[in-house]
Amino acid sequence: MAPLLNINGLCKSFGGVIATDDVNLDVQKGEIHAIIGPNGAGKTTLIAQLSGALRPDAGTVTLNGSDITHKPAYARAKLGITRSFQITSLVMGMTVIDNVALAVQANDGHSFKFIKPARKIHRIRDKAMKSLEKVGLNTRANDLVSALSHGEHRQMEIAVALASEAELMLLDEPMAGLGAAESAKLVDFLTGLKGQRTILLIEHDMDAVFALADRISVLVYGRIIATGLPSEIRANKAVRHAYLGEE
Amino acid sequence: MNNLTKVGWVTVMGMIALAILPPYFLLTGQAFYMDLATRLVILGIAAVSLNLILGFGGMVSFGHAAFIGLGAYAVGIPSYHATWGGFDLIASYNGLLHLVLALGVSALFALITGAISLRTKGVYFIMITMAFGQMAFFLFQSLDVYNGDDGLTIDVRSELPFINLDSPMQLYGLSYISLVIAMLLVKTIVNSRFGMVLQGAKGNNERMVTLGYNTYLYRLAAYVISGVMCGYAGFLLGNFTTFISPDMMHWTRSGELMFMVILGGAATAFGPVLGSSVFILVEEILSSFTIFWHLPFGLMLIGVVLFIRGGLMGLFKGKGK
Repeated sequence: MAPLLNINGLCKSFGGVIATDDVNLDVQKGEIHAIIGPNGAGKTTLIAQLSGALRPDAGTVTLNGSDITHKPAYARAKLGITRSFQITSLVMGMTVIDNVALAVQANDGHSFKFIKPARKIHRIRDKAMKSLEKVGLNTRANDLVSALSHGEHRQMEIAVALASEAELMLLDEPMAGLGAAESAKLVDFLTGLKGQRTILLIEHDMDAVFALADRISVLVYGRIIATGLPSEIRANKAVRHAYLGEE
Repeated sequence: MNNLTKVGWVTVMGMIALAILPPYFLLTGQAFYMDLATRLVILGIAAVSLNLILGFGGMVSFGHAAFIGLGAYAVGIPSYHATWGGFDLIASYNGLLHLVLALGVSALFALITGAISLRTKGVYFIMITMAFGQMAFFLFQSLDVYNGDDGLTIDVRSELPFINLDSPMQLYGLSYISLVIAMLLVKTIVNSRFGMVLQGAKGNNERMVTLGYNTYLYRLAAYVISGVMCGYAGFLLGNFTTFISPDMMHWTRSGELMFMVILGGAATAFGPVLGSSVFILVEEILSSFTIFWHLPFGLMLIGVVLFIRGGLMGLFKGKGK
């Protein structure tokens, strides 16, 4: 089966720092593929190149068989890639439901529509509300985003990613800053998405990674040193040495 | 009426006052106040147009007065040639031609300058829009045919069907109705899907791009709409003052427009109108006391910005928004 996402020979450096060094990676449809690696390994840089925020120096990114390497970020979103941000990135001055509705609206044709009040389009509002219900934020729908807690912001990032209906979700440390109980809830939630969405997950929380991932790739100094099933990664000597710091 | 908020009340009362008071002054022989009101209503339209991109779009344009000037010269130049000959293509007193010119030239200027300016952001956007405004200023300053710096007197106002712009009452009526329409237009746009994208891009552009919005195009569209509305205000202002000069486009004028929006309350429906009203009234009152009126005026403006969040409309915002 052809992979949903194919990354081939991707390179990116900032001055003398090589952030992405000949990365090759396939993500299969429906899997949760985790990328782990120590701080500064280039995980977020990799995500940025997949979402289109950064352009690679060399290599190709292919989604569903079509080359998207040089597509701008907004065009990639249209083709079915969405990302969540490690540092919460929402429209703070808007309400929760308005934020999520914008994600739904993005897939509802163009938005050069000037007359009809956006908040009265039930097709969009209902879908947004459903995404909020899924992450349990429906009771806060009409609050300003800026009034929500950090944990709720993390939930919102997921709700927005869900609402965008993207086939491929790039989740950049969704558990960052969450307590143990909240993390466990999120793991349950993402487990429930298995098979419906394809997820490329970057995460530091190893319990979450090994609970969720179908496959794991290990990124060290911009290079992928191993890819395999969780059990294989756990047993891999090079990984243990480079990442888990064991002899 | 119970569902009207405090802000809603202020808006309605303010607009009623603007509908009743100036005609009353005119009928009781105090034409001066009618003049003042016409000016503030026309500048109100310009401020409302600026508020669309500044307040709701987060685009701090420092060259908006250029559109006022373009709209005014779209009246002055054809009228000038109709009187003195030359430039047969546009020489005319026909108000509809003036209007089409004002809106068309403003749209074109907005499209070209916006397409370039919107490639930048933050302080660079402020500087580049100001530079484009100054380009328009210097262009008209250098046009000796139209008296350059000294300005141009409009001998004959735009001739429109049904409306006689030589009548102060009718000119005020047209300006007032135009203001109401401009406010409703901005309100409708802001609440539409387009408006949501515009406000989303103001709050978090990266997020909007990630969601699949080409925010550049949405911003450019808003910039053009705003420019056209402001050009229309210029069309009215030219007909009102019957004297136009490059000074109308000077960057300090753009600054004043910006200040009206911020003084009254950016991203509110009535804020820009309240801002232009207070701005012009206070300027008028202070300058009648002293020729050094700029000093207390400046201090007052600084005070409002420092101590009242959200401009004067912020004073009326209760807990329930």
